[in-house]
Amino acid sequence: MHSVIRIILQRLALGLLTLFVVSVVIFTAVNMLPGDFAQAILGQGATPEAVEAIRKDLGLDQPPITRYFQWLGGAIQGDLGNSFAQANFASFVGADSGVRTTVAQQIAPRFANTMFLAAVTACIAVPVSLVLGILAALFRNSVFDRATNVTTLTSISSPEFFLAYVLILFLAVLNPLLPSLSNIFEGMSFGERLEKTLLPALTLTLVVTAHMMRMTRAAIINLLASPYIEMARLKGMSPMRVIVKHALPNALAPIINVIALNLAYLITGVVVVEVVFVYPGIGQLFVDSVKIRDIPVVQACCLIFAAAYILLNLLADILSILSNPRLRHPK
Amino acid sequence: MSTLVEIRDLWIEGRSDETWSPIINGASLTLNKGEVLGLIGESGAGKSTLGLAAMGFTRDGVRISKGSVTFDGIDLIAASAAKKRELLGKRIAYVAQSAAASFNPAHKLIDQHTEGPVQHGVMSRAESMKDGIELYRRLRLPNPEEIGFRYPHQVSGGQLQRAMTAMAMSCRPDLIIFDEPTTALDVTTQIEVLASIRDIVEQFNTAAIYITHDLAVVAQMADKIKVLLKGDEVEEADTRTMLAHPKEDYTKSLWAVRAFERPQKPAVYTGATPVVSVQNVSAAYGKIPVLHDVSFDIHEGRTVAVVGESGSGKSTTARCITGLLPPTKGVIEFDGQPLPANYKSRNKDQLRQAQMIYQMADTALNPRKSIGEIIGRPVQFYMGLTGKQKRRRVEELLDEIELPAAQYFDRLPSELSGGQKQRIGIARALAAEPKFIICDEVTSALDQLVAEGILKLLARLQDDLKLSYMFITHDLATVKAIADEVVVMKEGKVVEQGPKHDMFVPPHHPYTDLLLSSVPEMDPDWLTNLLNERGVDNIGDAAVDKMS
Repeated sequence: MHSVIRIILQRLALGLLTLFVVSVVIFTAVNMLPGDFAQAILGQGATPEAVEAIRKDLGLDQPPITRYFQWLGGAIQGDLGNSFAQANFASFVGADSGVRTTVAQQIAPRFANTMFLAAVTACIAVPVSLVLGILAALFRNSVFDRATNVTTLTSISSPEFFLAYVLILFLAVLNPLLPSLSNIFEGMSFGERLEKTLLPALTLTLVVTAHMMRMTRAAIINLLASPYIEMARLKGMSPMRVIVKHALPNALAPIINVIALNLAYLITGVVVVEVVFVYPGIGQLFVDSVKIRDIPVVQACCLIFAAAYILLNLLADILSILSNPRLRHPK
Repeated sequence: MSTLVEIRDLWIEGRSDETWSPIINGASLTLNKGEVLGLIGESGAGKSTLGLAAMGFTRDGVRISKGSVTFDGIDLIAASAAKKRELLGKRIAYVAQSAAASFNPAHKLIDQHTEGPVQHGVMSRAESMKDGIELYRRLRLPNPEEIGFRYPHQVSGGQLQRAMTAMAMSCRPDLIIFDEPTTALDVTTQIEVLASIRDIVEQFNTAAIYITHDLAVVAQMADKIKVLLKGDEVEEADTRTMLAHPKEDYTKSLWAVRAFERPQKPAVYTGATPVVSVQNVSAAYGKIPVLHDVSFDIHEGRTVAVVGESGSGKSTTARCITGLLPPTKGVIEFDGQPLPANYKSRNKDQLRQAQMIYQMADTALNPRKSIGEIIGRPVQFYMGLTGKQKRRRVEELLDEIELPAAQYFDRLPSELSGGQKQRIGIARALAAEPKFIICDEVTSALDQLVAEGILKLLARLQDDLKLSYMFITHDLATVKAIADEVVVMKEGKVVEQGPKHDMFVPPHHPYTDLLLSSVPEMDPDWLTNLLNERGVDNIGDAAVDKMS
């Protein structure tokens, strides 16, 4: 067991290192965006003095390295800085109220919404993919197998907004079962929230199922030529038992990794679906912030996305290790 | 005695590239209750296919085209898949060649053991568990109470093979198919497994089909023997008749393989400089020491056989000599000059002088290069030959290994048989024109007749080119055939060394004695006598433990 803990600690340290490298990349990339917040907000008629004043106020006049370490130092302590867009520029006329919206305040509710959507989607997509993958492996090369493959491949190949509109057409317009708008606000009951989230979640399910289902199928079929699978057959075990009890436990590692990758996608890559359903998630906030060069928010979003990828992959690594009896029970 | 299995005129085909080619051509066999049939033949003879067919099972890409298989009155070819599943595991069981690969790595041994009885409704899980522990005890597994709660990777190969026999017994079947159950084991481990299998089959009066390519093994286990050659039945007779009076030429040739032996060479005059001298070498993998103070010399034109069980340090010694694993202590001298410990510090000529031939010719040849390229590479690298000269040299080498150049120059390794691939491995080693070649278990993956051909080739090359060999093997028949001197290794130490004729004449070191006496002989009473001699509780592990 000690070796497992050591491996986990190693991965954790590596994850932190990756996060640090990513933070440098994010900062550099964001700084390479043409124009800055001062120019963006003041528009074409801005006087150089006004631009300079805002830059100074926001600390944009400092050299990038200083700004990077200020930002990093804050981020480590949990302070992601203040949002530019929500800042009160009344100070220029001598009436600063002193109240500023922090990035954390702005991101927190959006991030919670995104996590909720991702969780609902995962609860539908992961079991569906696993079951379909197992059945496809069991009835490989049958009509069922081919139909599943074609359907999931079609859904992953179609643009997300198209899938979204098709679902809206069938589930909201022709049969008004679910609301087509996902306007979520604080204080909603869980049931209402779930109802409003269901359509975007179904859309995303169609997007992520193919990958997970096909990996499940392939990982299982890959093992079917193993001597221990032949042994299970020669013990007279039913085909279903051979796959679920003998193949699946040995196929978990690749499946877990693909699931993690797709969950990370659900957290970071769902802007289009959010826009279609007007879902107040972090994706929309991110795009809006890029538009107006609200650098602290952009950086914070990127950092959260990177952390989500790293954490989920780390989790997948750990689960893969735990699914391997050789590592769980060393000689 | 009543008939249990009856196979009549069975034809089996296998698919290769869209066409069906025959694997078994009209085999027939009858097996009575409680009887053991030995199926022998070389690889590719269709033994496993026939064994599986007796269970009504064919692998993917294999089909039964004609004939009948009846088990206790049930037609297994006509039976539905569900009907067959009812029989498999419950009344017909299977023991595979590699238990390590055939146990599911994800489950504990006892869970795999109880699966059959529980799923077939023979016993409850608790009953089957208790029964499993009892079977483990009867099969003389250490810690029978506890061993089942381990995962397969936590148990040694010989023990796994016995656990698999226990698993096959779990439903008390009428028939067990043993598919080369001891081929992957060391001789000393093999004895325990053979004795366990024989005892338990006798105790429960189980019928068995015992598949192997080793005659001496089958002589111990079977009541009658059937010989197969490329899907055709050669002959069948009861064991004693078959051993004493084989009728067919092919059977006689199988019997004769073990007779090949080189004449003893005259002793090396004292004071001669050995080609390779291993002096007090110790080595370790990381912090784990694996070699302790190993010393021996190899003289020009001589073969030193290094023998021992797996894990005894034979291959590690070879890695030290080639510089792949720098020793922690000691030196390796070549022609009286010390060699740099790491191969990276050796010059091209030092590298050229020592070549290697590997056990698995399959994995040692680049599958995407033609034979001409594989042999041409060292010709160019070491000898600097290119173009026509290089081609001529490769053709000479192919000639040397008795493969016509015109036919083989452009072929890929996948188009060759196992024995031919091993010959290519030899030609590649010869291409460097070395003085010294390390042969690492070069014949252990080959059938006996093919292996004999390789040994004869190596012997001829040695005489022609004054080569020195270090011959790593665990097979004492090979040692007898080719060695001049023998080094016996155990747990990283040399326990005995000397000229071959001394090694095969008592008195021996007790470990050498154990190795020698563990090699199965063609006498059907050999195992019984040996067990009596050693005392039943004193076989294998126990015997080794006592000595060390």
